[in-house]
Amino acid sequence: MRDITLGQYFPADSVLHRLDPRVKIVSLIAYIALIFCTFNYCSLAFAAVSVLTIVLLSKVPLKMYLKSLKVIIIIVIITSLLNLFYGTGEPIFQWWIIKVTWAGIHNAIFVCIRIVCLILLSSALTFTTSPTDLTDALERLMKPLKLLRIPVHEIAMMMTIALRFVPTLLEETDKIMAAQKARGADMESGNLIKRVKALVPVLVPLFVSAFRRAYELAVAMECRCYHGGDGRTRMKQLHMQVRDIWSVVFTLVVIAGVVLLNIFFHYVV
Amino acid sequence: MDFISVQNVTFQYDEQGESGKNKLVLDDVSFGVKKGEFVAVLGHNGSGKSTIAKHLNAMLIPLSGKVYIDGMDTSDESLTFDIRRRVGLVLQNPDNQLVASVVEEDVAFGPENIGIPSDEIRERVDEALKAVDMYDHRLKAPYKLSGGQKQRVAIAGIIAMKPDCIVLDEPTAMLDPQGREEVLSTVLKLNKENGITIVLITHYMEEAVLAEKVYVMDSGKMLTSGTPREVFSQVELMKKHRLDVPQATELCHKLRACGVEIKELPLTEEECTAMLREVMTP
Repeated sequence: MRDITLGQYFPADSVLHRLDPRVKIVSLIAYIALIFCTFNYCSLAFAAVSVLTIVLLSKVPLKMYLKSLKVIIIIVIITSLLNLFYGTGEPIFQWWIIKVTWAGIHNAIFVCIRIVCLILLSSALTFTTSPTDLTDALERLMKPLKLLRIPVHEIAMMMTIALRFVPTLLEETDKIMAAQKARGADMESGNLIKRVKALVPVLVPLFVSAFRRAYELAVAMECRCYHGGDGRTRMKQLHMQVRDIWSVVFTLVVIAGVVLLNIFFHYVV
Repeated sequence: MDFISVQNVTFQYDEQGESGKNKLVLDDVSFGVKKGEFVAVLGHNGSGKSTIAKHLNAMLIPLSGKVYIDGMDTSDESLTFDIRRRVGLVLQNPDNQLVASVVEEDVAFGPENIGIPSDEIRERVDEALKAVDMYDHRLKAPYKLSGGQKQRVAIAGIIAMKPDCIVLDEPTAMLDPQGREEVLSTVLKLNKENGITIVLITHYMEEAVLAEKVYVMDSGKMLTSGTPREVFSQVELMKKHRLDVPQATELCHKLRACGVEIKELPLTEEECTAMLREVMTP
């Protein structure tokens, strides 16, 4: 059976891997906000360097990061070009409806670097945090939302179960496809519409079985005394460590740096 | 007083049968299980044996009659969680019982639900995984395990709640012979070493032979009961109700019909060979 890497977790022994997942999620949000608050090249460069530092600290091969960048390279190119051609101000080059301005060039560079940083950071989070830790941390972080009557525990439980059943259902899809092929189903040829139609005999049994599984799982969960989040304890406790505090300090230093550089140098965008 | 006491239980599901009239799934079923006993419930599909399993941990409440677990009435809703914590139920399909994507977290699911403190959950999980011999696999994802291993993890998930009794509803039906062997030896070990009461629901005669007591069900009724030897010596009765007896028993039963002198019908192949050797030596 194929090896399914869920949420692209890459096990390694690095500081980033050992950080409290809650700290990682909150820091990620802070960094993303920060990257979009860089207004000149100095602060942008500073932010980019700190992002690269984080990437190197993760001890995940750079090849993995390049792979995740490859997926969005087209988006980066298109948004950069749009920014390049639709800048405001004095044109330095004009042809038909296309006009290139200094503001456009600056915008394009900023957008390009910002998106790349964004992808690198979120990849760093998913590479260094297992899906279980992520859902766990999300559940704990969203706890205050309970006051707004948002079913936080139920959402986290749904995510956990979804993660658990992805490989199972993938395996089942393979089996059903093989079974339908054995009965003469043709799934590889024909145009797009034909191929989508050929998927129906795969999807119907898959959904039927998913519902059956859901029912059985519900019974099994009830047998194990599941009754929602009330009165439930957890085996894994999350504790803030010294290294978590240092990572928060690091984040604060980067934020301070970007703010200062924004103030001392002229805004470019 | 028996640990499990099923008294004149009748049950039917809500949905209408083909004839438009509801058929009783359980019809006046009574039996008892003592603490520490290993009991097998035997029957073919549709005999009501799975329905019985769900009555033992208050997943289903009898229509009439009573089920008592250590004196607790299953129809009393305030006792439901107490009962489920003391009587664990392992189901047929191991894939559909595991909740988490890491083995040890799945085993922790039960104790987490009943509010055990974190440190103690850790201990219980390690203990339970060692008891089913899956400790080395504790950090693996369930989909990377074999069927027998998954079913053992499911059993560990129940043991971690420290139940007095485990009910297994055809736990080996979806496993290969090796997985079946793994699960059965685990169950036997839990019964012998940890003193956990076992109710094994099955349609394999070879599994029923392992039990101290066998209950045979057919179309919702309790057909017969007794030690495996008592039950399987009634070859004619079993055949009449479309149930088999172990091959060794059947062979000797046929030989006896041919006039070979056999005093007592054997249950296992070993017994059978020993007995035949005795008969054939003049």
